[in-house]
Amino acid sequence: MLTGAQIALESLIREGVDTIFGYPGGANLWLYRYLPDYPALHHVLVRHEQGGAHAADGYARSKRGSVGVVFATSGPGALNLVTGLATAYMDSVPVVAITGQVPSTAIGTDSFQESDVIGSTMSVVKHSYLITRVEDIAPTIQEAFHIARTGRPGPVLIDFPKDLQAAVSAFNYPDTPVRRRSYPAPPRPDPAKLRQIAELIKGAKRPVILAGRGVLIARAEEELAELAHQAHIPVGWTLLGTGAFPVTDPMALQMVGFMGAGYTNKAVCEADVLIMVGMRCDDRVTTRLDSFAPRVEHLVHIDIDPAEIGKNVIPHVSVVADAKVALRELNLLVEPKREHQWLTQIDQWKEEHPVRFTNHTGLLQPQQVLEEMYARCEDEAIVLADVGQNQIWAALWFSYRKPGLFLNSGGTGTMGYAFPASMGAKLANPHKTVFCVTGEGGFVMNMQEMATMVENNIDVNVIILNNSSLGMVRQFQDDFYDGVRSAVDLTFTPDFVKLGDAFGMKAMSTDRLEDVGRMLDEAMAHKGPVLLNFNIDPDANVYPIVPLGKGMLDFVEAS
Amino acid sequence: MTESRLLSVLVDNKPGVLQRVASMIRRRGFNIDSLSVGPTDDDTISRMTITVHVGRQQAEQATKQLAKLIDVITIDDITGLRNVAHELVLVRMHAPPGERTELLNLVDIFRGRIVDVAASSVIIEVTGSAEKIDNFIELMRPYGIKELARSGVVALVRGDQARIRLMDFAIDGDEPQTEPSRVAGVAGDTTGAV
Ligand SMILES: Cc1ncc(C[n+]2csc(CCOP(=O)(O)OP(=O)(O)O)c2C)c(N)n1
Ligand SMILES: [Mg+2]
Repeated sequence: MLTGAQIALESLIREGVDTIFGYPGGANLWLYRYLPDYPALHHVLVRHEQGGAHAADGYARSKRGSVGVVFATSGPGALNLVTGLATAYMDSVPVVAITGQVPSTAIGTDSFQESDVIGSTMSVVKHSYLITRVEDIAPTIQEAFHIARTGRPGPVLIDFPKDLQAAVSAFNYPDTPVRRRSYPAPPRPDPAKLRQIAELIKGAKRPVILAGRGVLIARAEEELAELAHQAHIPVGWTLLGTGAFPVTDPMALQMVGFMGAGYTNKAVCEADVLIMVGMRCDDRVTTRLDSFAPRVEHLVHIDIDPAEIGKNVIPHVSVVADAKVALRELNLLVEPKREHQWLTQIDQWKEEHPVRFTNHTGLLQPQQVLEEMYARCEDEAIVLADVGQNQIWAALWFSYRKPGLFLNSGGTGTMGYAFPASMGAKLANPHKTVFCVTGEGGFVMNMQEMATMVENNIDVNVIILNNSSLGMVRQFQDDFYDGVRSAVDLTFTPDFVKLGDAFGMKAMSTDRLEDVGRMLDEAMAHKGPVLLNFNIDPDANVYPIVPLGKGMLDFVEAS
Repeated sequence: MTESRLLSVLVDNKPGVLQRVASMIRRRGFNIDSLSVGPTDDDTISRMTITVHVGRQQAEQATKQLAKLIDVITIDDITGLRNVAHELVLVRMHAPPGERTELLNLVDIFRGRIVDVAASSVIIEVTGSAEKIDNFIELMRPYGIKELARSGVVALVRGDQARIRLMDFAIDGDEPQTEPSRVAGVAGDTTGAV
């Protein structure tokens, strides 16, 4: 006989969990009571539950097939997870959150630290459970992991009352796979539609593929490359699809949309056949909806989630299936071809609209820092970016010659995501170099995790692109809100070298290009977390950018 | 253009399902006109009948988003099909002993029933389409409605065949079929449409 807490921990081991990010409190203390008995479960004490949720997210995104796990206590602890769950939900990241709840007998009485966690998180999780019987613990955990990792992945929350953590029962982990009539397996791609798509590709004069995060989730990078090479189709990507296709490939376009490359937007707007794979086609991709792909004759949408089909743009042909399976089967039907004129046109646009930056001030430019960083990534490092200008710069300068992992909060745009998420990414990939690119604004939103980083000696290289402002907001105010700068000045930001020192984290700072390479080398040689603060040109802006309310072709470039 | 759509939804009979369904409809910005829920012949399954006011494309989004909820087994848009869509209304009418005959005639015309008689009032029960109920209520107004309760619509499609056979739903672990639609009979499915 085991206690409910032991049953839960045993179940996590059965699900292949090795790392838990968490924070204790009154309502999950039975879990913590037994945790030390399970050395197979490495518990990382984060310093804020939001950090824990993002760390679990970073773990899951960077180790595909795994599920990130976070623990929190009831009430405030659980509520601190909300932003992290929403972040994981929007970007389809498999995370299981186990929250302590007041004893089941006290639920509904407004007892100490009680909150309606199921209700508060309902719209930001794929599913959630309140455990009501000790016998349900193991099957609930099994089902939660199944739901988190299959189909379109997402976060699942289990609310676990304290009395049931202490209750005893026999432990039997279900030995059969989860079966729920209300949760069918993803469909296989419809062969008739795949044939139709192959025909469309055959007849296309100006084909373009756009890849989203679904390609990365499905691990369909090879199949994507095969399709692109077989039929010589240029490939662009969404912010979250960055890394799905080699940037240096002759068929590579660049990021699309609001802050995408001009030549990608031009290609999408000229395309006669546009194939969108594993993407939601949100407003950051389409800009003004009526400006998106106006000349397209055949819009193809492949996604595992039927609700994405026709949500924002209405395709002519759609396939609901896993991207890897769909592309693999499609590739069998696609004939070799090459539209010379179209590819020549694309090359010309690439020349006319390169992704580039200008330096009018002689000050350190963020892109110079990123070029030095990417030169050291060897197409292998996992790069995380936070939110704001730093995110878009990091995405546009990502330059791998093969598919790679670029992780960011593309859907919710959660400032403070990257730093704690990078801790999860490094723990999930101990042998990979991890870079965390962040603004100074976003960094301080979860900087308490420096303590966690140092305590666990998590070897992440943090790069702060410090422009002493909420740069992205400042840029919007300059360009779209009458130039009135309001509440964006971050002059009063800590001295990051002293801050690192206070936390026991190695830290360096510069505003000179000459120092950048040396500092990066030193950080990489250091076995442990390092904070690198780069004071960059405070007026550096993100380009290209489509002015608010304008269309895809109205992008403004660096001048 | 928005219209009223009738959705018949089978869900796992579990706590919190009603909240999940209602919350999804609200979050996606759809308006619920009526929602009724009750058990079915299978006690692990409840049926919800939902009338939402949406545009056509929105209706498809609504059904697909609902179908995605883990507790939703299947969802059937039965708008415009040959269906029986009935509501029940209970009305407590002001009806002192001397003034009941006229009221009783109207109740007869609507095939209603008196289900309670008190000193100066009666409770009338009428079932039928929402329109019929609306008409009945309008006719009752002049006599003095004291209290009223409506059930919301419940509906089934006419004919021999059950619309949804649960066997049709591949259970995970079985060989998945080619696009088994969890969304039965959605009018205007955009897939394939221009
Ligand atoms: C939690 C949160 N609050 C507010 C915002 C709105 N926002 C988007 S970018 C940005 C500025 C970010 O500043 P910083 O982290 O310094 O990055 P920079 O843009 O300067 O590179 C803000 C405030 C957000 N995305 N997330
Ligand atoms: Mg900044």
